[in-house]
Amino acid sequence: MKIIVLVLGLMMIAFIGWWFFGKHDVAKVDAKVNDDCQIVDVEVKGGYSPEVVVLKKGIPATLNFTRKDSSSCLDRVVFSDFGINQALPQNQQQAINVDTSNAGEFQWACGMDMFHGKLVIK
Amino acid sequence: MTITKRFWISLVFSLPMLVEMILKPFGWMMPGGEWTMLALTTVVMMVAAGPFLQSAWASFKKHHSNMDTLVAVGTTTTYVYSIYAMATNQPVFFESAAFVTTFVLLGQVFEERMRNNASNAVEKLVNLQAKDAEVVRDGRVIKLPLSEIVVGDVIKVRPGEKIAVDGQIVSGSSTIDESMITGESMPVEKKVGDSVVGATVNGTGTFTFRAGKVGQNTMLAQIVELVKKAQNSHAPIQGLTDKVSEIFVPLVLMIAILTFLVWYVLIGASVANSLIFAVSVVVIACPCALGLATPTALMVGTGRSARMGILIKNGEVLEAVNDVKTVVFDKTGTITVGKPQVTDVIGDANKVLQLAASLEQSSEHPLATAIIKKANQSGVPMSPAQHFQAIEGKGVRANIDGESAFVGNDKLLADVTVSDALKSKMTTLQQQAKTVVFVGQGTQIVGLIAIQDAPKATSKEAIVALKSQGLKTVMLTGDNLAVSKAIADQVGIDEVVANVLPADKANQVKNFQQFGKVAFVGDGINDAPALSTADVGIAMGSGTDIAIESGGIVLVKNDLRDVYKALELSEKTFNRIKLNLFWAFVYNVLGIPVAAGVFYFIGMTLSPELAGLAMALSSLSVVTSSVLLNRTKIAEVPAAS
Repeated sequence: MKIIVLVLGLMMIAFIGWWFFGKHDVAKVDAKVNDDCQIVDVEVKGGYSPEVVVLKKGIPATLNFTRKDSSSCLDRVVFSDFGINQALPQNQQQAINVDTSNAGEFQWACGMDMFHGKLVIK
Repeated sequence: MTITKRFWISLVFSLPMLVEMILKPFGWMMPGGEWTMLALTTVVMMVAAGPFLQSAWASFKKHHSNMDTLVAVGTTTTYVYSIYAMATNQPVFFESAAFVTTFVLLGQVFEERMRNNASNAVEKLVNLQAKDAEVVRDGRVIKLPLSEIVVGDVIKVRPGEKIAVDGQIVSGSSTIDESMITGESMPVEKKVGDSVVGATVNGTGTFTFRAGKVGQNTMLAQIVELVKKAQNSHAPIQGLTDKVSEIFVPLVLMIAILTFLVWYVLIGASVANSLIFAVSVVVIACPCALGLATPTALMVGTGRSARMGILIKNGEVLEAVNDVKTVVFDKTGTITVGKPQVTDVIGDANKVLQLAASLEQSSEHPLATAIIKKANQSGVPMSPAQHFQAIEGKGVRANIDGESAFVGNDKLLADVTVSDALKSKMTTLQQQAKTVVFVGQGTQIVGLIAIQDAPKATSKEAIVALKSQGLKTVMLTGDNLAVSKAIADQVGIDEVVANVLPADKANQVKNFQQFGKVAFVGDGINDAPALSTADVGIAMGSGTDIAIESGGIVLVKNDLRDVYKALELSEKTFNRIKLNLFWAFVYNVLGIPVAAGVFYFIGMTLSPELAGLAMALSSLSVVTSSVLLNRTKIAEVPAAS
């Protein structure tokens, strides 16, 4: 009995390691450009989907965040490079305008810096 | 459902079990026994803990984990095991699941309030704005909302009213309370030609002013923008927590499983006891405290300094301030007032002034401005100048009333001789920190004019305060050594680097960087390179836009004493960040082994309920410690003796 529990336990540890630390694909979305402005919808539920947003440089961009998760961990979204710290009321779409004049990679995160997303401007 | 509501539901349904826990030794049993407990806990699990589970599951599917993962795993394990134990007639611990949920929610309720508290500095600033203003349009005064005011509008301000936008007074005068922008509590007198700042409050006078900056260009809007960026910036010290938070939760889950295995398989404890240890580990671990340590302190620190008229631009600056060894100052406009004034006229005062003023009429040199101002004050008439000729770095020459005349420094004196009496006068004046110019006619010196740019009243105190912190103070200036040395002695500066060309200031800063980090304080366009070269650039708010752009800290009040305060505030904030991080780490590093039962054999254990309480308190205490930054004492600058 104890041997079975031990083996099961070790297998669970291995699974946790693989599941959380292994390489997994992240959802990535290129912004669609219409009428000289690019809009991307981001769903906030247990993280961000998509997690990587690719924007075109120089075209005004809007990210629409909708928080479907009740966790207080995710109740704010912070773009430290742009000085944006936006509260996300649950189930309400919040538009965040991003300055796309500089190319580069910019991280965004939840208020506690636990969940991350990435903005690629090129 | 809000967190507060979930907390109350959780509390109400947990209370009967708490009562039972207390009254059990006195022989009171809950009616319905285990069945009642199951019912109560099920409500707590479904309503109050449900959202934790949903969030945990949603992030699990994305290969992420967070705080909710730990709470969900902890409570579900206890709940499910208790149902199993109930079915097999073993002791149950439903109350653990209910209590942990209650405590975690309690922590979150407070934490949410505190976090809003920490981040409302920007809101407060924005609320300072006036809502509307009385604008003169087509000869009539009409009330317009702020958004409709355009540059060039003439705006009427009555006593006690808020000034809507930035501009210049065109008629009337008043005293204005600018404390909301500068932190300076004394009202400032303003008259025609003076500039006013939006969001400041008019005193007892009535005046009209012309709008110069509106919308995003006003001082308030720019301050708000700066503070927003600063509050959400990353401090380099956060790099560590970023790495830890990524692996934290999965690691804790692994440790919890290991804990169970060690207790159950190796030591041979019962399933129930082993499980309690494992659950305690999951519940006590708190990545939130780590994640909150830096941003909350940064928010409160930068927000508080903004209210004092000190704008700290980002977390990097805050961190750099800690190791500053040398503070380098620009002279003109930083240590001194920046408005030179004529103090002495040697020789026939009227004749000397008349000549000098006539010569300097068309010059733009700051010293020329001082001479002309003095001439106007004394009512000396000016004569037209012919064949005007400016000699770079030396002075000017022209024909006045048909005779050749000149004004300038000693380098212009190649062809004329100066009497010893005048020479000794010159030396005395220079030792008094006065710049001396010679005024001559033909080949004859007719007199001297001494011009002084006096140090600001507060410069000395500021330098003394900085030196009391063990900092080395240096003055960097393009002025000559004698004058700069005299000013340095007046305010107590350690070292003077004189005759520095504007382009060389940045290099001089680099020289000092060999001996440790350098803060540079300046205001002019020529200071911009030095401001960005220095580890900490401190720009005076009166300075040009480019200087403010290059500085990492902006002093809105133009008071040198704020350099001391800025350094002190940055240091306090950074120390708070370090303290927060230290506690958050120590808490987790100590808490997890205790919860895992490492100290069981010396009688130290933690039940899941206590672990849940500790977890709630740990993130709460970090946020509270940050909010308390608002109250820490910032020592007043000691008065110079």
